[in-house]
Amino acid sequence: MAARRTALYEEHVAAKARIVPFADWSMPLNYGSQIAEHHEVRRSVGLFDVSHMTITDVTGTCARELLARVFAGDVGKAAPGRAVYGVLLNESGGIIDDVIVYGRDAGYRVVSNAATREKVLDWLHAHAADFGVDLHERQDLALIAAQGPDALRTFCAATSMDVADLRTFSVRERNGWMVARTGYTGEDGVEAALPVDQAAALWRQLSDAGAVAAGLAARDTLRLEAGLLLYGQDMDETTSPLESNLGWTVAWDPPERGFVGREALARQRARGLERVLRGVVLTGRGVIRHGQRVETNAGDGAVTSGIFSPTLGYSIGFARVPPEATGDCLIEIRGAGIPGRIVRPPFVRHGKQVFK
Amino acid sequence: MNDVTSDMPTEIPDDVRYAPSHEWARIDDEVVTVGISDFAQQSLGDVVYVELPQVGDEVSAGTEACVVESVKAAADVYAPVSGTVVAVNETLEESPEMVNQDPYGDGWFFKVEPTDVEELDDLLDADGYEQHCESEDDED
Repeated sequence: MAARRTALYEEHVAAKARIVPFADWSMPLNYGSQIAEHHEVRRSVGLFDVSHMTITDVTGTCARELLARVFAGDVGKAAPGRAVYGVLLNESGGIIDDVIVYGRDAGYRVVSNAATREKVLDWLHAHAADFGVDLHERQDLALIAAQGPDALRTFCAATSMDVADLRTFSVRERNGWMVARTGYTGEDGVEAALPVDQAAALWRQLSDAGAVAAGLAARDTLRLEAGLLLYGQDMDETTSPLESNLGWTVAWDPPERGFVGREALARQRARGLERVLRGVVLTGRGVIRHGQRVETNAGDGAVTSGIFSPTLGYSIGFARVPPEATGDCLIEIRGAGIPGRIVRPPFVRHGKQVFK
Repeated sequence: MNDVTSDMPTEIPDDVRYAPSHEWARIDDEVVTVGISDFAQQSLGDVVYVELPQVGDEVSAGTEACVVESVKAAADVYAPVSGTVVAVNETLEESPEMVNQDPYGDGWFFKVEPTDVEELDDLLDADGYEQHCESEDDED
């Protein structure tokens, strides 16, 4: 099957992007230097095409009941104009996907990952049948993220939509556009869903207003510095939110809400965790990568994501380790134990180091 | 280096020879300087770490001699010829980005005193390497 192209594909090619396959899509990896793009987002404003994400509208009188069943977070926080981050769980408490649920005047919008598109749609449809809810995948929408300290100013300058007063995790809709103050970089910014035939125009207007195109590679280093997880790498169906530093996204109240995975999670919580997700920083030389063994004071663990951090100038990552693991550790890189340290993410917020 | 692809125009100078695994070798005063090609550095992206061999190490043609890591991936660098490492580019320890900025010049990795200079004849010339890169691109 030919890889899908977003409405901005021609813009990426014209900007000399290096295009790579990602999930079912052909996406820009970088536009020359991923490090330069990373710094641009931390310093000013970067522009991301995230149209590969799956957008699903959930409507019908029982839309809220469906989400209260399949979403482990508090769907009550997704009042019209508000958004909430959380996870969909299977019956064993494993993570099917991480999503943002946006509250709308009529129903909800769920944005899930590209790589999980089919299984999430199947999962939602399977449960929707019990509730008589209408699910509508919005392939007619593109998704553009402007991220960085100048993102809001740039977005307001480039469009007729005033989002300067939009609060974090708030949403504004107008003329078929949905603009939310959300993102995946640890910087301020907005994500705009809009009709595909208007996407290229917005992309150019934002570029003309000073936003610099940034690819998937920069997106990965930005999200990792910000302590944000990547589905399929840092978490999957074999790991629970409690084991993934995402316990805060689970709404245990009210106790009578029987969301999918609740019983398994409750059992795991009562039993105690055998492993948790922590940050690791490399104090020796090298680069932390997925799969490397981590030797800690409390036993072995494994790296789930690792990068060279452009902001910090050394390598950082996430690792799944025993809960008691603290302090110094050794990360096995090509057979040698390289010194590192266990820390609490995030690593960087608003351009500055935040871990101790 | 292996599994590298690139769609940008790449520089392929004709004063060096190339291994199919994307290293280049330049002989000068009976010492062979080794680096990775422009094609290879483009495909790796921003290089952030280079693990060099040590002076005195014996390397053999077609086997790993050192490691280069970009933000996104780690890759082995294979010795294009056999011999003894007589110099390493220590500049890369502090400035690995030289590999991206000047792959055929200041971004060199190490120098080898070859045991058999004729091994260089087994490597590709610029035309052969260009065809080799095109064929790898076609595999995408």
